[in-house]
Amino acid sequence: MKNLFSKKNLIWLGLLIVFFFLFQFLIDVRIITPYYRTVLYGIGIFIILGVSLNIIIGITGQLSLGHAGFMSIGAYSAAIVMQNMPDMTGLLLGMVVGAVVSILVSFVVAIPTLRLKGDYLAIATLGVGEIIRIVILNLEITNGASGISNIKNLISWPLLFVFVVGAVVLSANFKNSAIGRACISIKEDEIASEAMGIHTTKYKVIAFIFGAVLASVAGSLYATTYYVVKPETFGIATSINILIIVVFGGMGSLTGSAISAIFIGIVNMLLQSYAEVRLITYALVLIVVMIFRPQGLLGSKEFGLDKVLGFRPPSFKKSRKENSK
Amino acid sequence: MQQFLQQTINGLSIGGVYALIALGYTMVYGIIKLINFAHGDIFMFGAYVGMVAVMNFNMPIYLAFIIAMAVTALFGVIIERVAYKPLRKSTRTAALITAIGVSFLIQNGVLMIMGANIYAFPQVIPNQFFTIFGLRLNMLQLVIFATSIALMIILQFIVSKTKLGRAMRSVAVDKDAAALMGVNVDNVITITFAIGSALAAAAGIMVGLYYIKVFPFMGFTPGLKAFVAAVFGGIGIIPGAMIGGFAIGLIETYVAGYGSTLYKDAVVFVILILILLVKPSGLLGKNVKEKV
Repeated sequence: MKNLFSKKNLIWLGLLIVFFFLFQFLIDVRIITPYYRTVLYGIGIFIILGVSLNIIIGITGQLSLGHAGFMSIGAYSAAIVMQNMPDMTGLLLGMVVGAVVSILVSFVVAIPTLRLKGDYLAIATLGVGEIIRIVILNLEITNGASGISNIKNLISWPLLFVFVVGAVVLSANFKNSAIGRACISIKEDEIASEAMGIHTTKYKVIAFIFGAVLASVAGSLYATTYYVVKPETFGIATSINILIIVVFGGMGSLTGSAISAIFIGIVNMLLQSYAEVRLITYALVLIVVMIFRPQGLLGSKEFGLDKVLGFRPPSFKKSRKENSK
Repeated sequence: MQQFLQQTINGLSIGGVYALIALGYTMVYGIIKLINFAHGDIFMFGAYVGMVAVMNFNMPIYLAFIIAMAVTALFGVIIERVAYKPLRKSTRTAALITAIGVSFLIQNGVLMIMGANIYAFPQVIPNQFFTIFGLRLNMLQLVIFATSIALMIILQFIVSKTKLGRAMRSVAVDKDAAALMGVNVDNVITITFAIGSALAAAAGIMVGLYYIKVFPFMGFTPGLKAFVAAVFGGIGIIPGAMIGGFAIGLIETYVAGYGSTLYKDAVVFVILILILLVKPSGLLGKNVKEKV
């Protein structure tokens, strides 16, 4: 707790406040038109999705292809609750319901599937995503293939900002916590970390649930931003889009995911009318990145104030001195 | 009973198709330990080539089979050389993500060239029914079943009796040792991709004939089911893929026939997760201990 008001955190806080009011001002004076505002909201939602998937893939090293499934749980929960309560309470309640359902589903799914490794896990999670989609497609409450429309649009810049910043800060703290370090060790070498006394299954399940809950929150925001949810929106293509964000930004780099979500969001907007070219480009980017820079653009490095301002964590200096003795 | 036998016949004919696709997965996995995620899309590509051959060049169906298998084999080789070969030394996650990229690329490439509309595969095999012992047999089903069995026998012959097959098996066991014994590992891998892709193309045409519809995303679901079939039989084991293919075809048909059509796709994934939990090495697989 003693570092809560450190110089670094205060600078971050200052930057965030400036950033928030800058965009609020731009929205108020309509330099950011309603169209660009929707793009902005979309980018925010994909930042949450990218960061949350990065916790599972980049930090813990478990390739999951079912992320859109958890997103759809959040989206449908918010949509269903908001049909009866079309206000902010309804949205938040929907989010909570979505998060609880996601915790239950991801827990049930994680315990058996996370025993699997690598490729098998990828296919199993893909199967889970498909099962969720098929169940939603066939349930009465979700209104089958036509989905739920006319969801009240409650999204606003402050709301989005709070959730995006909250998700990123939570994820960063997760990464830097003891749990996060355990997860990183699992990614580096599962057998070695097990030998060091780390309960690998437990940490994998925790990371998986954490990612699933954040994805579900992003899904709720999605529902209120686009006011329509359909099962087809949450298919494998969406899971792969999120995967592209993570891979492109760098597996293990949360800031990388955020930057690549922004970048891809802007490219999406510019190439709006060339949908096929866009998807082909993404596929090519995915292949080329894997061949030439498999760790992604930022690798596992974070883009932080430390480098920009020349800060160095004090513990790092000390330990280096001790080593040199 | 009557209905049960009828369902069994339906299941076996679609199971043969799954088995052909599963063989491609299993051969590639056996040899380079890569789940070729794009295999379902290679299958879709084969269906398109076959359809164009029949529709635009008025070829007879057997010629369309041969052309589609040849073109798709070449296509598979190009994919292997361009996308997978540079990754042979990298992590399996990187290779899998590349395969997902290739899958996405083929889907959207076909979408751009051929458009999103659903084509109808020309019905070149007469849809005759004949009745034996009270069972309605469809000419098309018989052709599909016979073709898939014939292709499997040819494959089994290549793998177990020829020099090439011996090279493939040796590379699957130990790549380095095979290279030391004078096997050209790169060529063997390329040929494996070619054979797997050709089988997928044949399956693509059969699905086109059976379900009539041909569209850019048709490869996804059959591809996944075939993958489940390969895992079911024990991935990397050729007879396993055949058994798995028929098993998945039968299970799916029974679920659709006696349970709910809506959930038939979900059941396949539930089976996958169950197999992976109970016996991850599959029906015919052996348990391999991981060495540190």
